[in-house]
Order: sequence, then C-alpha cells, then structure tokens
Amino acid sequence: MPFNLDAPYRLHDRVALRPEPFGALAYHYGNRRLNFLRAPELVTLVRSLGDHDSVRAALAASEIAEQRWPSFEKALASLAKSEVLVAT
Amino acid sequence: MELTDVIEAADAELADTENEELVEDELLVEEISIDGMCGVY
Amino acid sequence: MTELVIPSTPAPSGLVLSPVKQSGLGDQMKAGLDAPICLTWELTYACNLQCVHCLSSSGRRDPGELNTEQCEAVIDELQRMQVFYINIGGGEPTIRPDFWHLVDYAVSHDVGVKFSTNGSRIDAAVARRLAGSAYVDVQISIDGADAATNDHVRGDGSFATAIEAMEHLQAANFGEFKISVVMTRHNIPQIEEFKVLADHYGAQLRLTRFRPSGRGADSWHELHPTDTQQVELYHWLLAHPDVLTGDSFFHLSALGEPLPGLNLCGAGRVVCLIDPLGDVYACPFVLHDDFKAGSVLAGGGFQHVWQQSDLFAELREPQSAGACSSCGQFDACQGGCMAAKFFTGIPLDGPDPECVNGFGEPLVAAVDVLMRPEVGKDHGRTRVVIGARPPR
Repeated sequence: MPFNLDAPYRLHDRVALRPEPFGALAYHYGNRRLNFLRAPELVTLVRSLGDHDSVRAALAASEIAEQRWPSFEKALASLAKSEVLVAT
Repeated sequence: MELTDVIEAADAELADTENEELVEDELLVEEISIDGMCGVY
Repeated sequence: MTELVIPSTPAPSGLVLSPVKQSGLGDQMKAGLDAPICLTWELTYACNLQCVHCLSSSGRRDPGELNTEQCEAVIDELQRMQVFYINIGGGEPTIRPDFWHLVDYAVSHDVGVKFSTNGSRIDAAVARRLAGSAYVDVQISIDGADAATNDHVRGDGSFATAIEAMEHLQAANFGEFKISVVMTRHNIPQIEEFKVLADHYGAQLRLTRFRPSGRGADSWHELHPTDTQQVELYHWLLAHPDVLTGDSFFHLSALGEPLPGLNLCGAGRVVCLIDPLGDVYACPFVLHDDFKAGSVLAGGGFQHVWQQSDLFAELREPQSAGACSSCGQFDACQGGCMAAKFFTGIPLDGPDPECVNGFGEPLVAAVDVLMRPEVGKDHGRTRVVIGARPPR
C-alpha cells in the first residue's frame, strides 16, 4: 500500500520507541526491524500521528518548518514501509 | 593532515551549504539490520 | 530482512562527502547509546561439547554463576532500559535447568530472545514450543558443511546433533532459524555448501569471523583464513547480501566496496557481553580483565556499568588511526578488530592481524608466543588440541 499523506497513521503496537540523544530507536518486535529516527522533532511527530486525521494535519499542527516537510514525509513513508507506522 | 581536521573541515563546509539550499535531503530515518553490528555471536 | 548499507546523502557539487556522511550514524553509534541495542549474555560456562576454538573456553559450570533470581533482576533492568532483545549463548545455554524459565521471563518482560545452541536439547517437543513463541529466535552452530569437517572442530556426533535439531525445527514449522558458522581455513572451501544447507531448511545463513579468543587462541595460527581465502570470502559476501555476518568482517571492507552493515566495532558502544558470573565485558571476544567494565552485581547494576564504566567511556572516545594513519583504507576498516589484535599480542592502535594490506602479518610474526595475553579462565573439561586437516 503506497504511503498516503491524507490518510491517518499510527505507531504499530508492536513497536518500541526508545529515546536517544539524537532522536530515537524504533524496534519492531514482530519483524525485528530496527530504525533510527534521527531528529527529536520526527519522534514527536510520530507520536502525534494517532491524534490527527491525516499525516498532513499532523505536520500542520507540528512546529516543523514547511520547507522541511518533504524530508519528514520521506521519513514517514520509510517508517510505513518498515511497518513501524500503520494506516488506521 | 590529521583525519579529525579533515572531517571537521568537511563538516563546516557542509553546514554552510545546507543553510543556503532548500533542505530536502535530510536523511531522517535509517534502517539498520539488527544483525549489523559487531560484538554479538 | 535486508542488510542495509548506510546510504550517503547526495553531495552538493564539488564536495567529497562520502566518508563524512556515511559515518554520520556511525559516529553516533561510536559515541555510545543510553542502552545497548542488543547484548550477548552467556548464561553458563557449562557445555556438553568442547569445541576446539570455543571463544569462552567453555565446558564446565562455574560455581559463581548467577542464580535464577539474579538473572531475573538483570532482565528487569534490561526491561527498564528498554533493551530490545538479548542474544543468549554460553557454553550451551539450554543446559541450565532454568533456561526455559528465563526465556519466558525475558519475553514476558518485553525483552526478545535469540539464543545460540549446538542443538543438543532441541527435540520435537522443544521445537514445537519454540515454533509457538513469537519473540524467540534460534541460531544453530555448525563449523563444517559435513560431519568430517564439522566434527573435527566440534567433536564426534556434533554435526548429526545439529542437523537433527534443524530437522525438528523444520518439522515444527518454526520458520526461519539461523545457521551460524565460524569461518576457518578448513570450511571456507565449503561456503557454497553452507548456503545450500541453509536454503534446504529455509534457514538464514550467518557466517562469522574466527577470532583468537578463548580456546581459539591455541588454534588461531593454524585455522584462520589465508589471505587468498579472505579475498574469496569478501567477494562471496558481496555477492550474497542476504547472508548475515554480524558485521564481523568489517576489516575486509578495506578491499573495496563496503560490506553491508555498520562496519564498525560495536564493543562497549552498541553491544556488550554479560558473562555467566555477571561480569560485563566489551564483547564476547574479549573475556579478559583488560576489557572488563564491571559487574551487574555491583550497586548500580548493569545500567551503571553500561553508562558509567571507565572502560566503556574510553571505547566511546574517538579512536585515532594510530599506526594506520598513513593508510588510505583506515576509514573503511577502522583498524579492524581489537580482540584479534589483543590476543595475537599486537598493538591495539595499529593494523588488524589479518589486515588485507598485509600490514598486520609482520607484527604478528614478531610477537613472542610467551608475550601474548593470557586468555581468561579456562572452563574446559579436558585439554583440547587441534589435529591435522580434517579427513576428506
């Protein structure tokens, strides 16, 4: 399923997010995949996704500058591909 | 030239360039194989 | 699961960025994390085998081994630190009477388990039990693609035992278990056969580096791969990115295109070892006082050792190239493996004994056998000596 910015997503319940100085580690206990989230703002964004109707809404509600949104969208798509994020 | 000097210089150059351009290429997520680290048998 | 090379960010024109950007994540890893990503925990020194090159010199249980309660306390700590999973080994961990209890305890406390075994306790019932557990992975160790080659190192009947365990896992529909091999002069010629074996069982193949650690110190000079074999191995690994290595061949990345993985030493930075006595070492290949960071039994437990020990702080300092600073490949190989350097008696701030450019060889040759560091306590049951080439 291609990543859809207008759809709601949330963190997979089998994923643990562990804070680190650079952002966080995300470990998926199901598929054993490990991802590095390399910005604290990305971690905050990921945690907020479940509260919004779409990824775009979450980005708009965040404090992330608009010119950085493409990078964050790419990051979220990558996390969805690893099943760290799932469509709700 | 010391390796650390080279890295610092390159880092500084990179920082300057990034500020000018649209920041599109931040690599914010990196996946690493859970097996991909030495020290585990 | 794919092995991933750390991608480099596209460089603005005119700048040579690859070494800097590729190591961005590596730098963070090298500086250390608040908790290990995973760690190796040797549960016991007891073992029913006496492999010639055993990295932990195992064979007999040590009277000082952590009891069940102490192990549970460590697991509790790991849960609090959010350590995602543990690699359990030994000795032969399944020999511990509380092994299954500890596995269940870990899993029910959010700590995944992968355990390494010679297969001797994996019967049909155990295989079915394992197949039913979502958070337990299994790794079966062999060191030859046939009984002759394998048993030469691991003892009579050990190959058959391992195969039987694999048969049980397959019959129980366990799914993808791992087959782990330590690459030596004798089994590198069998590399294709290992792949065939793994494919036959739907298993994931894992090839790891032979280090002069534990009993390996005695046989390293006879058993470590030749220069030609190293090159052969490197190219084979590049051609088979689905084969895991635990990143243990990063010294070979100096041969050209980097191998998949972090390509750096994780000891004390990303991983570490807890031994059966609760002592914490930088990694399982340096069971020696010089690399002991502390004990889980001390006041601050494992967390304090991981976060505050002098040894780990030292390992997390930026490492200088030392004698390798004039070599163009240092970025790729990072000077290789400290365990390999330490136990062959050569300086830690210089080339790996198996440096692909040959810089380590003369250093190794110059070391007086008596000057090599003594291996840690030998927990073996009998004196084991490697013989001539395995029978064909």
